[in-house]
Amino acid sequence: MKIVVAIGRFWWDFVVGDDWRVAAGVVGALGGVALLAHWQITAWWVAPVAVVLLLTLSLRRAIRAAQPR
Amino acid sequence: MNTTILFLAAFFASAVEMVEALTIVLAVGVTRGWRSTMVGVGAATLALAAIIGSLGPALTLLPLNAFRLVVGGLLLVFGLQWLRKAILRASGFKALHDEDAIFARELAGARSAARDDRAGLDWYSFTLSFKGVFLEGLEVAFIVITFGGSRGGIPLASVAAASALVIVAVAGVLLRAPLSRVPENTLKFGVGVMLTSFGIFWGSEGAGAHWPGGEIAYLVILAFVLGVALLAVRWLQREHAHLAWTPAPVPGEAGGEA
Repeated sequence: MKIVVAIGRFWWDFVVGDDWRVAAGVVGALGGVALLAHWQITAWWVAPVAVVLLLTLSLRRAIRAAQPR
Repeated sequence: MNTTILFLAAFFASAVEMVEALTIVLAVGVTRGWRSTMVGVGAATLALAAIIGSLGPALTLLPLNAFRLVVGGLLLVFGLQWLRKAILRASGFKALHDEDAIFARELAGARSAARDDRAGLDWYSFTLSFKGVFLEGLEVAFIVITFGGSRGGIPLASVAAASALVIVAVAGVLLRAPLSRVPENTLKFGVGVMLTSFGIFWGSEGAGAHWPGGEIAYLVILAFVLGVALLAVRWLQREHAHLAWTPAPVPGEAGGEA
């Protein structure tokens, strides 16, 4: 059981990294692209906008967490 | 053009990870001997090649759009991880990776560890060099596999990654010291920009979007992501200047850590 947990933790850290919200945001953004494309609405702009938002919010969280209290 | 950028992204991602692996391998080899250390390096390289050789062709059996959606998503997640850390390091919020300090720590660890012979090998040297190369190389293996999103991408990215491995290994053998002068963070920043851009391009195409201008759009995305990342560095440098504070040195980093 411990080995399964360790392997699961390794892959979580490996794929998701320090900020799970970025990975969740990527999934949400690509889901949004798929929905818009399905409805025949121009969708190419979604991922670039999502990258700006996700990076900005993640960096803001990182610098808040890094500041001495 | 995309082919050139794909080659560069795989080459630099591999180079930067292999510089980190080299530090560990050198420290173990210098203190405990090269035989078991090189067996560990060889075993890890074979394991990585097996992952690429089995997962790569299996993934390409997926329909092209589903494949591009999966690899685009993975590249976006990996790329944003690399970019985020490189921006935090470039702005002073995270300490730079110090190969000399890591080498000194690994050297001390290798000297103090007791000898444990298994299967005719010094087990400490074997496991440490195996883990160092395998964990640092795993992300490169995944990047190579995901580059299968482009036609002929896996062989091209494999050649790029292998070339970087050979160049770093030769440099390590000649210098017999960690490659501390390699501008690791700048390379990571560049790789982060390229991976994120490929992720946006392929992920959106896989989800059904159509890029204005077709393949040329990739270059526009690349310029856009680079601009956003440089602006983020300036923003964080300004924030950091307001704080009289220095980050702690970075401890040794394992796989998945860009």
